[in-house]
Amino acid sequence: MIAPLIVFFACAILAVLGAILLIIVREPIHSALSLVVVMVSLAILYLLLGAPFVAAVQILVYAGAIMVLFVFVIMLLNAGEEERTDWSKIAKWIGLPLGFVLLLEIAHWLFHSEPGTAVANGVAAPPPASTFALSTALFRQYLLPFEATSILILIAILGALVLARKDQ
Amino acid sequence: MEFISQHPVLVVSLVKIALTLFVVMTALAYLTWFERKVVARMQSRWGPYYVGAHGLLQPLADGVKFLFKEDVTPPSSDIVTYLLAPFLALVLALTAIALIPIGPPDVTVLGQPVFAVSNVSIGLIFLFSITSLGVYGVALAGWSSNSKYPLMGGLRSSAQMISYEVSLTLSVVGVLLLAGTLNLSDIVSGPNGQTGYWLHFIPKWNVFPQIVGFLCYITAAIAETNRVPFDLPEAETELVAGFHTEYSSFKFAMFFMAEYANMITVSCLATILFFGGWLSPFGGGEWEKFIPVLIFGALAVYCLYDIATELQSIIHKLQFTIVVGLFLALAAVCFFFPQYAMPPFWFILKIGIFMFFYVWARGTLPRFRYDQLMSFGWKLLLPVSLANLVVTAVVWLVMHP
Repeated sequence: MIAPLIVFFACAILAVLGAILLIIVREPIHSALSLVVVMVSLAILYLLLGAPFVAAVQILVYAGAIMVLFVFVIMLLNAGEEERTDWSKIAKWIGLPLGFVLLLEIAHWLFHSEPGTAVANGVAAPPPASTFALSTALFRQYLLPFEATSILILIAILGALVLARKDQ
Repeated sequence: MEFISQHPVLVVSLVKIALTLFVVMTALAYLTWFERKVVARMQSRWGPYYVGAHGLLQPLADGVKFLFKEDVTPPSSDIVTYLLAPFLALVLALTAIALIPIGPPDVTVLGQPVFAVSNVSIGLIFLFSITSLGVYGVALAGWSSNSKYPLMGGLRSSAQMISYEVSLTLSVVGVLLLAGTLNLSDIVSGPNGQTGYWLHFIPKWNVFPQIVGFLCYITAAIAETNRVPFDLPEAETELVAGFHTEYSSFKFAMFFMAEYANMITVSCLATILFFGGWLSPFGGGEWEKFIPVLIFGALAVYCLYDIATELQSIIHKLQFTIVVGLFLALAAVCFFFPQYAMPPFWFILKIGIFMFFYVWARGTLPRFRYDQLMSFGWKLLLPVSLANLVVTAVVWLVMHP
């Protein structure tokens, strides 16, 4: 069971590195690309956890659609390098310690939690959840939240249309 | 030998990957030859003729030329993304091909299926998620060159690929409803697959109930691969060469190969989803092994006739003798190992027809204008594929109460 462990830590490190790069780099496109790296590593982690459908949708929706739109808009606006102001320094002096405290907190809770089936614990991944089971749960048990979300998205699309329309 | 019997998955997978890569790379090279020859014939020209008999060594010469050209990197480019873009384009295009099954899943060597590099349970969604990342290669190439024409080309191309991806994915959902699975092998030969006949002679391919879906798919696929008549990203009269204007030498060749690899992928997908994949149109009887023998034999005879009458130089005659040998070898393989050779034969034949269709479109159709492209994609293709989905779903519900 050594191979999943290697893949897990490789992807975990890659995801963390991508997240750090996302904040550090000053070119907006590089930030967007780092976020893509995070998304793809997370997708591989989902695969390890036995959720291939979620992994594929993660790549398809986040990396393939949303981030493409981000990159597209950045290209369209031809956004230049990010400028650092005096306020950015505050982020460094207050944000870093606060982030460290948050990390400690998460580590504390993880340490005291029950060992589950996560790959990092050395427990084998559960059998892949079938698409059929997933869609049955989504469209029977959780139909109302699903429809509510789609209506929310519809409202957002209509809002964008109204905002983009020229005044007659 | 002991190692092989102990690690069948590893060994068979590595051999499959190496073989697929070799075959696909060779196919990419010779697709350029095929395209130039067919377009030339449509325009009453000869096409490549002198490098090798009938220009057969032209792809090799082009490859060597690309390798030895000076590799110019624009000094003001964003170097990391500039180098990343062609790799991203080619790697993603080749990864997608690894998911394609070219034969039935039950033919095995050492207990491993031979005909697909990896048979994923959610193959179709995985394929779409990989191809959806292909936009990055184009967009990043356009942006990182730090130049006006590539930026415009990259912008156009990303907009086009995003727009047509919606219709591409929607047009396929009808087939998914019929098949009831996301696995590419099961879509062809699963319980709701495409084996069998209607009225004893029409093969049960999804193209017949899903003709609207297929037309939407093929239109969106041509747009998705940036080919004529949707090759706006590289409209040379307006944008020089579009997103890869600033790329030279082998980096340019990588974009070129990625484009052809994407063409192969969408053709494979069209074959699997709509045309019964590796299934034979005649039911797969024992006598069918004579069909490839007949086809390859006819090609060999044509080549022999060419050697005798047309070709002048002795080297060209020698090269064509090798080609004749190749055809005869292929015929022999199909005849003596029909179990292994027939499914790939049908599959590759169908892909070849799609490739010809691509080239045919290129030789025939004028390019769209940009606003026409956008309004066609959003106002015609998207509603039609949505309507197709709704009608398919309703009919399916009525037939399966």
